[in-house]
Amino acid sequence: MLLQSGITENEIIQGFIEAINLIVSLDPTVVEITLRSLTVSLSATFFASLMALPLGALIYFKEFRGKRGVINTLQTLYAMPTVIIGLLAFLLLSRNGPFGFLGLLFTPSGMIVAQTILIVPLITGLTVAAMSNIDREMRYTIISMGASMVQSIWTVLREVRFAIFTAVLIGFGRAIAEVGTVLLVGGNIRGYTRVLTTAISLNTSMGNFTLSIALGIILLGVALLVNVALNLVQQR
Amino acid sequence: MVSRKLITAAGLALVAALLLFGAGCTTTPQPNATTPTPAATGTPGSGNILRIATTTSLDATGLLEAVEGVYEPANNVDLQFLAQGTGQSLDTARRCDADLVLVHAPALEQTFIDQGYGINARCFAYNYFIIVGPENDPAGIRDMDPVDAFRQIYEAGTNNTPGVTFVSRGDNSGTHSAERTLWQRAGYNYTTQVQGQPWYIEIGQGMGETLTQTSERRGYTLSDEGTYLSFQSDLDLDVIVGQGPALLNRYSAMAMNPEKCPSAKVQDANRFINWLISDEGQAFIGDFGASEFGKPLFTPLNGTACADPQFNCTCSVPIA
Repeated sequence: MLLQSGITENEIIQGFIEAINLIVSLDPTVVEITLRSLTVSLSATFFASLMALPLGALIYFKEFRGKRGVINTLQTLYAMPTVIIGLLAFLLLSRNGPFGFLGLLFTPSGMIVAQTILIVPLITGLTVAAMSNIDREMRYTIISMGASMVQSIWTVLREVRFAIFTAVLIGFGRAIAEVGTVLLVGGNIRGYTRVLTTAISLNTSMGNFTLSIALGIILLGVALLVNVALNLVQQR
Repeated sequence: MVSRKLITAAGLALVAALLLFGAGCTTTPQPNATTPTPAATGTPGSGNILRIATTTSLDATGLLEAVEGVYEPANNVDLQFLAQGTGQSLDTARRCDADLVLVHAPALEQTFIDQGYGINARCFAYNYFIIVGPENDPAGIRDMDPVDAFRQIYEAGTNNTPGVTFVSRGDNSGTHSAERTLWQRAGYNYTTQVQGQPWYIEIGQGMGETLTQTSERRGYTLSDEGTYLSFQSDLDLDVIVGQGPALLNRYSAMAMNPEKCPSAKVQDANRFINWLISDEGQAFIGDFGASEFGKPLFTPLNGTACADPQFNCTCSVPIA
């Protein structure tokens, strides 16, 4: 047993060295999977932001019955398990499902749709929270100056842009790190829907630890970049 | 203020650039749609993709990736493999989310055909299931008849013989289906007598994961030969029972019935199945793994071979 654990430690170090090699030499598989992960999650973040930012501003501005309830629901959805969103998107996009005619199941576009659904509540909720920090006075000033709804939303979004940038980054972080939706909706097809998280899961199960470690380092690197960006924004 | 704006603008530009770059990446893999060939029968706009739901054993061994390398350039089609296990593959196909299935569970296949989903079934390869376990073989089943070996594992497990554990796929895959048949033939009711026993562990994962866990737990499991051979170097497991007619493992391909799934690409599917049973395909399958593992992982099944009653399938007649 002792001998075995020695071999295992060696394996980790060896795997690490080879993993760095794979990254430095820009191994085609590693590059391809990384780019796909970035593409899918950046697109999802982009589309989610397009929906969530105006929606969040709208919720902040409009007084309506059940507003508290809407905000609470959004906050509950922050913790929505990714596999549940995956299951939902899978059933919606399957050929037998209501949107089956689009042929999106097991495609990168389908993954973008699923991740968008996943992070819209998060970005919306954080947008509302960001705006709640604005001075009440300013809100009344904007409204009393006779600004239209679109103008008001734009002004406020600009005012809290750094807080909103944080919301978008957090959304991106959740999207790129999750495995539940992309596995169910993408199907982990080699060269087509395989992304960092699903590739790590598969290669670990197949005993290709080197590739797993290399992809893991990259994923950690992306997370680190997001964190650095968050810090820079928050220091303003 | 100026610098803030600049930073914001730069950030936006970066995101936009990445998005554009990304968009380019997602569209490029659309396979050579500009060169029309007789194979291009897909619905417009969907590219020339043939989506194949497959048992994990064919994929995890690397066979399908190798097939892709040979078949795709010659046939101008993008083969996309969803490695899911036989049960899930058939379900994916039932939802019309695949054009073709590669599976290895004769009983499940027959149901699939009887329900009207599967057409043009052809068997194309076989190998044997094996019972693998720790070298010291605590249940004492080495070289037994497979059915007797299962009975022996059951008894050793129920008697709390130290070190006797059986790890099951537990995922309705072809291998899991073969395992259930073996328990039945050994005289046990799977759901009432086997499932839930303390020595019986269902992990609900693919063959590779199951072998890894079995090795870590020093237990027994039923595996297909190909996956075991391709994982062997990472495992601390021996082949304990490797022979017996009850262990035959036959692989088949089926196209989806367009009457059930209008979106299914029947012609592309037929063409691929015909390649699998062609001389070229059979030679490719028969060679695969020979240099890497010392012996081929699969035995091709063509000509008169599958007329043998133990196979009970069609392999020599190309689909018209």
